[in-house]
Amino acid sequence: MAEPQPLLRAIDVHKKFGDVEVLKGIDIDVQKGEVLAIIGSSGSGKTTFLRCINLLEEFHQGEIQVDGERIGYTAGSHKRLGEAAIAAQRARIGMVFQSFNLFPHMTAEQNVTLGLIKVQGRRKEEAVEIARRWLDRVGLAERRDHYPYQLSGGQQQRVAIARAVSMEPKLVLFDEVTSALDPELVSEVLAVMQDLAKSGMTMLVVSHEMSFVRAVATRVVFMEAGRIAEEGPPAELFARPKSERLAAFLGRFHGLAH
Amino acid sequence: MFSFEPGTFLFEAWVARNQLLAGLAVTAQLSVITIFAGSVIGVFGGVGLTYGPLPIRFLLRVYVDAVRGIPVLVLILFSYYGLALLGIHISPFTAGVVALGGFCGAHMSETVRGALESIPAGQTEAAKAIGLRFTQRLRYVLLPQAVRRLLPPWVNTGVEMVKGTTLLSIIGVVELLLATQQTIARNYLILQFYFAAGMLYVLVNITISQLGALLERRTAHLRY
Repeated sequence: MAEPQPLLRAIDVHKKFGDVEVLKGIDIDVQKGEVLAIIGSSGSGKTTFLRCINLLEEFHQGEIQVDGERIGYTAGSHKRLGEAAIAAQRARIGMVFQSFNLFPHMTAEQNVTLGLIKVQGRRKEEAVEIARRWLDRVGLAERRDHYPYQLSGGQQQRVAIARAVSMEPKLVLFDEVTSALDPELVSEVLAVMQDLAKSGMTMLVVSHEMSFVRAVATRVVFMEAGRIAEEGPPAELFARPKSERLAAFLGRFHGLAH
Repeated sequence: MFSFEPGTFLFEAWVARNQLLAGLAVTAQLSVITIFAGSVIGVFGGVGLTYGPLPIRFLLRVYVDAVRGIPVLVLILFSYYGLALLGIHISPFTAGVVALGGFCGAHMSETVRGALESIPAGQTEAAKAIGLRFTQRLRYVLLPQAVRRLLPPWVNTGVEMVKGTTLLSIIGVVELLLATQQTIARNYLILQFYFAAGMLYVLVNITISQLGALLERRTAHLRY
């Protein structure tokens, strides 16, 4: 194989909720350093796919590999791995949620250090140093001793990003991270994500922020009814959508743009 | 009223002081042991009810529903007379601890379950996402948040347990109520001594409520 081994490889991933198949065979390769944006209308399966990668959802068929390692299931058979193995794999994949999900009983700094100390086994001083560096990078150096309820939504989400990336995951999953924010707070979170993208972090971004996707993504995937309907570089995909569905989908956003 | 002669309340209370204080001590001991045991059972029971595999959930559900459905007095009589008939001979005090502790544990299990279930699912997901294992998620993320939610019902159950210890007078545990009744049997100052005993119970329970309020203030930052 001349191609370098992809950082993330999904092979024919199927997922059912009861009788409803929400992922109908997802195949995708993501190279190191890529920023892959996943777009599509709600119910198309993009969030579910992201959650499968971080093993928050089980899937019924197919395979996901991160850095060549099969995720969540034993090689050869589709048997779920044990708890410790799954936890170790999750620790190498960062995830940022739509609703932030900061731990409310911990300060911003403690939210970041928890995984560094308890999962990665770092000393407290070291973890604090790492946490402060990342909180500084997302512009919250002064807020490190604040509890989540003392922070705005945008600030909470930036802490959540710091919590995820401080563990130096191989890739970071962003699940509609600006959808729960007031419009005026969206840009501060997107700015942090753009900064991370520039630094070469591998990112999978489910987003409805089309201007962000266009500016930052190296590749865009359009999901439709549990399948990847179209993919390509953002400029191409946005300018010349091949399918009518994508054209219609993008049209709804153009209608909203100013 | 403040004269200190035989037949007055102050005099008779002084005469009976050791007996009454011993009764109060037994009540306090029973309460502390029962609430502590109930809380420990409650944490394990609540975690088991919320996250346990089906067989464990089923067994815990049977325990919780059965014990909560049976009057405490029946539990007490069973653990004293019933167990004796089965060849298990325990002191009235121990029987009381078993009955009240089991009762308290059932209530606390439900309280802990409710508290855990009221924590948003996103908390568990975020804890999973950073790679915490189940026991770590419980210890660092879920239980600290559950504590805040279960404090008010915990205080309620604690207060009920203190009052519940009076039922042990039936099987001959000389706690505060029985000690009071024994005192009254000697001096017939019925109103005064029942009133005094009532005040002592109120005092104990106010202490528990204050403890709960203190803990609530100390966890006041656990907001969303």
